Amino acid sequence: METILSIRNLNKRYGRVHAVNDLSLDIQKGNVYGILGPNGSGKSTTLGIVLNVVNRSSGDYAWFDGKLPTHEALKKVGAIIERPNFYPYMSAQQNLELVCKIKGIGYHKVQEKLELVGLWERKDSKFRTFSLGMKQRLAIASALLNDPEILILDEPTNGLDPQGIRQIREIIQLIASQGTTILLASHLLDEVEKVCSHVLVLQYGKVLYSGTVAGMGSQQSYWELRSASLEALQTALAQYPDLSSITLEQDTVVVQAKSGLDAGLLNKFLSERGIYVHHLMERKRSLEQQFLTLTETKS
Amino acid sequence: MKRLLAIELQKIWLNRASRILTLTYFGILSLIALIASIEFDLGPIHFDASEQGIFNFPYIWHLNSYIGASPKIFLALVIVSMMANEYTYGTLKQNLIDGMSKKEFVLSKFLTVLVFSGLSTVFIFVISLLLGLMYSTYDEVGIIFSEMDYLLAFFVKLTGFFSFCLFLGVLIKRSAFAIGFLFVWYLIENIGYLIFGKLIVNDFELARSIFRYMPLEAMSGVLIEPFTKLDMIQAVGNQVGVLEIKDYAVDYGLVAVVLVWTGLFVWGSYALIQKRDL
Repeated sequence: METILSIRNLNKRYGRVHAVNDLSLDIQKGNVYGILGPNGSGKSTTLGIVLNVVNRSSGDYAWFDGKLPTHEALKKVGAIIERPNFYPYMSAQQNLELVCKIKGIGYHKVQEKLELVGLWERKDSKFRTFSLGMKQRLAIASALLNDPEILILDEPTNGLDPQGIRQIREIIQLIASQGTTILLASHLLDEVEKVCSHVLVLQYGKVLYSGTVAGMGSQQSYWELRSASLEALQTALAQYPDLSSITLEQDTVVVQAKSGLDAGLLNKFLSERGIYVHHLMERKRSLEQQFLTLTETKS
Repeated sequence: MKRLLAIELQKIWLNRASRILTLTYFGILSLIALIASIEFDLGPIHFDASEQGIFNFPYIWHLNSYIGASPKIFLALVIVSMMANEYTYGTLKQNLIDGMSKKEFVLSKFLTVLVFSGLSTVFIFVISLLLGLMYSTYDEVGIIFSEMDYLLAFFVKLTGFFSFCLFLGVLIKRSAFAIGFLFVWYLIENIGYLIFGKLIVNDFELARSIFRYMPLEAMSGVLIEPFTKLDMIQAVGNQVGVLEIKDYAVDYGLVAVVLVWTGLFVWGSYALIQKRDL
């Protein structure tokens, strides 16, 4: 598999703050990576280093197996870091043309990308007249100008209204479906869960977990049950073999099985005792729960 | 190189304030030609600038280079703001992310400085040549193209000054403060000279010989004022006996000093950008 970016033992210190602590990571072509972590966990600093805007304290990184110097490699990378940065006095189109000049490519993709993010009608409007959502979409168009090998997004939905968040997500999902490698830093877990195949969890600049989303934390599922009488339900469940725990959470009884649980058998067992459930559902632990468990236990 | 220049010129040209300042600057430069029309009567004396020999070759190269350096503050504003804006807009960061190296970034700014200085020099050359051809009493080719090193000094002076502005833009990151600092620096050089000469060594001769190498002093020293060189004023001066004998030639020692400063400013801008986290 082709490695797009490899980071080895990266460190960054700001005075006494150890913002990135011995971080190593490999980005393979075609995967969608999420970097998860609370605010101040070193996500943006790490991205800043590989994007040539923050100086590292020690460690190494190499783009495309080190075949290109960083600034040449960045021409094949599309990146959006926090706030969209453009020249306020230039129009959308002029801003993108400037990016084309920097990347050393022709202007022929400008229209296509502006159409992709729905800004073609506003191509002649000055950047300073744009709303935050439009600015962020222009940033995405700019990042896609060269059909990048990898798209790096740092908190792309920060500060947007629900509509704006949805537009940006749809664009990201569209790009991901076209096979572009994506590296998405976010503290919004459902955002990562929806689009990412791999995840890297950071805290205090350290890697807590690195691997597939599926492989993170336990994959044990649990069951939710509701019925007219919760007390009777709990009493009945206590007699059922192979259950490891039965807890009451508000109006729902949550059950964990020692091994696989056959819902049909459980339902039959309960109905024989005169209990008819109106809710019986298997649940997987969400990324959020896994993330919280992970960061709590390690801190 | 063409790419770097194209990038920078787009940034400047599309900015309305920068565009107006640049046009104003070149407009003012061409107004030098209007000196020719200065005419006034002082009692019985009739003064006509074009008849005083100020447009004679090679004197005109000196005169116009000297006068042409005064409106440079217009371009200084453009250069300071084009640099400081990159910080305020956050576009320095974006340019780097888009694949410009830090070296290319500084180079694109410095190339623009060179183009501005070069254009100004060409401007002065053309205007002086035209004025001279119209009014000069000498028109032998050998005289016309003599003593043209004043134009070289003009070019070096502007390049040095604009590089200083570029450096201040990087250092201070805010246009208004950078321009303010330029003025403060001018005071520092002058007050520093006074304090050093009076209070520390009590020897203005010595202070002079040190402070003439400071950036702004050195830049102003490469072109000596040309006015007292005029025959008419020399004659008056000799009669009254106030005029010291001056060397009006381009001081190549100071030209070298300004070039060293220019190098330091460009290198300093690069070093700052290299070192800072964005």
